[in-house]
Amino acid sequence: MATTSAPARPARSGFLLDLYRSALGKKYLMAVSGIVGLGYVFAHMLGNLKLYQSAEDFNAYAAFLRRLLYPILPESGTLNLLRLVLIAALVVHVVSAYQLTVMNRRARPERYKGPRDYVVADFAARTMRWTGVIVLLFIGYHLADLTLGWVNPAPSGSTPYEKVIASFSSLPIAAFYLVANTALGLHLYHGVWSLFQSMGWNNRRFNHLRRSFATGFTLVVVGGNLSFPIAVQLGIIS
Amino acid sequence: MNLTLRVWRQAGPTAPGRFETYEAKGVSEDSSFLEMLDTVNEGLIGAGHEPIEFMHDCREGICGTCALMINGQAHGPAERTTTCQLHMRTFSDGDEIIVEPWRAAGFPIVKDLVVDRSAFDRIIESGGYVSVATGSAQDANLIPIAKDSADIAMDAAACIGCGACVAACPNGAGQLFTAAKLMHLNSLPQGQPERYERTVAMVEVMEEHFGSCTNYGECEAACPKGISVDFIAAMNRDYRKALSRNRRSA
Repeated sequence: MATTSAPARPARSGFLLDLYRSALGKKYLMAVSGIVGLGYVFAHMLGNLKLYQSAEDFNAYAAFLRRLLYPILPESGTLNLLRLVLIAALVVHVVSAYQLTVMNRRARPERYKGPRDYVVADFAARTMRWTGVIVLLFIGYHLADLTLGWVNPAPSGSTPYEKVIASFSSLPIAAFYLVANTALGLHLYHGVWSLFQSMGWNNRRFNHLRRSFATGFTLVVVGGNLSFPIAVQLGIIS
Repeated sequence: MNLTLRVWRQAGPTAPGRFETYEAKGVSEDSSFLEMLDTVNEGLIGAGHEPIEFMHDCREGICGTCALMINGQAHGPAERTTTCQLHMRTFSDGDEIIVEPWRAAGFPIVKDLVVDRSAFDRIIESGGYVSVATGSAQDANLIPIAKDSADIAMDAAACIGCGACVAACPNGAGQLFTAAKLMHLNSLPQGQPERYERTVAMVEVMEEHFGSCTNYGECEAACPKGISVDFIAAMNRDYRKALSRNRRSA
């Protein structure tokens, strides 16, 4: 009887590369980069609540971010490091999502010919790719608007507070912020729950809390974010 | 009851397929879906036509051979039910029923409603076993197994490998099957020596054939055995541990 040796396994090349090679690992990296994003959107919303205190508080907060950990690190040093982490997380998240989408399309080359509907998948889950793209486009616009100031309607040299008010006073811009943050909310609602599965954080005693956490987190972050353009439009902040 | 069937007919793996319409008359509501198809086939054979090819074996819901996409749902509209256990009383007189094969890159169509599910066998071959000295059966309870471990392993072992998870998944992913087979063995003491090698091997073969998970939960809803997506999370955890494990520590 002929015997064959077991097929050679691909050589191991370090934890992250091995992870990235597999789809399971890409999901894991999407979850980790997603967690980075969660921390960011939460802190971002919390910091922006200072819009409700006063222009001075808000501008002082913006200046404080630049002096974070100063003088241990140079001015804006911490901020730029955080930006690098966020950009890296975003790139990992988007590239993994793209590659997994390509893989998934290949796994079902021919669609069902008869009509089909989802049985349990909710709207948020089914629209992850769309809401993801909307949020990505929004991030680009948001940076050009308030970080870089390229498309901001306020005159150059305006304070951060003045830039926010100038932007949100325009109805189309405010509407776009509302749409984009609703998309972010849908993305978070499925993503926050989903990351527990991808990370393998599954414990029958706590599983019911995963959905509650996803819902609560989404409502807090998106509720806060949506309130800013609405408050400016209603004249509560000016 | 009288029904109109629209059944996918395809002469071979590469032949173009199409829906054919058949009238099923006088169907007993106590018959199973497969018995209804048998009756339609008898009519086709009597009229000199090719019968509809479909997969079936035990017809008691335990073998995992039958597999039909019925009105867009794997194994039809009834919960936790294989096609063979789906009774015609689930439908109403005059219904139009659309019958398709599983569609996934990992399950190529052989003919009509028959698909090739050997990709599942490739996954099992890569690690769905424990290496033990065979011989006469050892005494029961020689290896103590905690009741909850036994329960979890039993829940996972309920998988009959029908492929409904892949069929129902929008990504054609084989996660629920692979996770069930993995966690069946990874939950038991006998499965521990090969736990992490098995996890990496089975995941790698799975990904050669199937898509990836987007946590929709459609697989769990379609599974005739109600296998939980909890097992997918457990597979993800074991896979991550397998890659990061320090093999020199005990």
